[in-house]
Amino acid sequence: MASKKRPVPEINAGSMADIAFLLLIFFLVTTTMDVDKGLLVKLPPWTEESSEEQDIKEKNIFVVLVNAQDQLLIEEEYATLEDVRRLAKEFIDNNGDGSCEDCRGLRDPNSSDNPRKAVISIQNDRGTSYKIFVAVRNELLGAYSELRNDVAQRKFGRNYDELSEGDIELVNEVYPQFISEAEPVKIGG
Amino acid sequence: MPPLSTASLPDIVFMLLFFFMVTTTMREVTLLVKLKKPQATEIQKLERKDLTTYIYIGSPKSAALGNEPRIQLADQLVSVGDVQQWVILQREEVNEAERPKFTVSIKSDIDAKMGLISDIKQELRKAQALKLSYSANPASSAEEMFKAYRLSIFGRQAVFLGSLHWLRFF
Repeated sequence: MASKKRPVPEINAGSMADIAFLLLIFFLVTTTMDVDKGLLVKLPPWTEESSEEQDIKEKNIFVVLVNAQDQLLIEEEYATLEDVRRLAKEFIDNNGDGSCEDCRGLRDPNSSDNPRKAVISIQNDRGTSYKIFVAVRNELLGAYSELRNDVAQRKFGRNYDELSEGDIELVNEVYPQFISEAEPVKIGG
Repeated sequence: MPPLSTASLPDIVFMLLFFFMVTTTMREVTLLVKLKKPQATEIQKLERKDLTTYIYIGSPKSAALGNEPRIQLADQLVSVGDVQQWVILQREEVNEAERPKFTVSIKSDIDAKMGLISDIKQELRKAQALKLSYSANPASSAEEMFKAYRLSIFGRQAVFLGSLHWLRFF
C-alpha cells in the first residue's frame, strides 16, 4: 500500500441544495392532506321490534326500490339514475294540500300533501351494490339541497350555504329532510 | 456589487424539508382491502378527525382470503359481530362532552354489496352510534358522477367501444 500523504479534497457542497430540493419535492408530492368527505346520514335508534308501523298515507311516501341487478323502481315505475333527482323534487315540492307557501309544486292530489309530510324511503336488496346505493342517496340529498337553494335564493337572494344559522333553520322548516333507509328485503332477483 | 451568497440556501431548504417531514402524516392504518370509493356531489367534510372512526370494506388484498368483501377495523379483518363492540370502545375514547358528535365513516369499495353494509348499519344502531358518513370522492357535477358510475359497471369495454365512434365515417 502506497501511503502518500495526499491533501484531503474539500467536499463540494454546491449540490447540497439540489439534493435537498429533490427530497423536498418528493415530500411535497407524497403528502396527502387526507380529508375525509362523505354523505352524512343519521340512523334511526335501535328498536327491538323490527320497525313500528307508522301511519303515513300512501301518497306521502316516495318509494325508491333498488334490486339486486341495480335496477331502479320509483313509485312503481322503472326509472334510471338520471330521473331520481327530478322525480324526488316533484314529489317533495308537490304541495297537494296547499299549506306550503314557498313551494312551486304541481299540486297533484295523488302526490305528497306538503314537504313536512313527504317521506322518501329507499329500499334495497341485500345484493344491491354499494355504488348505486350511494348514487341514489346522493341524488335524493341533491333534490333536497336544490329545493332549499331555490328557497334561499327567493327569500334571501343568497345560496343556502351562505345563509346565517337562523336563516338556514327557516329554510329547513320549509323543506325538512325525511329520508329513510329501510332494512333490506328480498325484492327478487 | 458583491454576488449574492447562496451558501444558506441549503439550510433554508432543509428547514422546509423538515417541516414537511414532520407534518406529513402517513396513513395510520395499512389497508388490507381493495378500496375504490364512489363519487358523489352532496358530500360534506368531516371536520374532526378525533371524533371520527373508520370502517373499511372491500375484498381482501391477499388472494388467500378470497374475493368476498370483508370488514377492516384498525389493522385487522373482522366479522360483522365485532363491529358493535369496537365502535363502543372507540366512542369511550372520546371525551364525554363531545360524544354526541362521534361519527362513523364507512369507507367502502364500490363493488361491496348492501347486505354487508346493512348488517353494519344494524350493528351501529345497536351501539347507538347513529351519525354515519358514506365516504365518497368529490365529483364536480352530477353528470360526472353518472359517467363514473357507468364506467364502473361497463368498465373498459364501454370506453373502448366509445372510442371507436369514428368508425361510422367508413
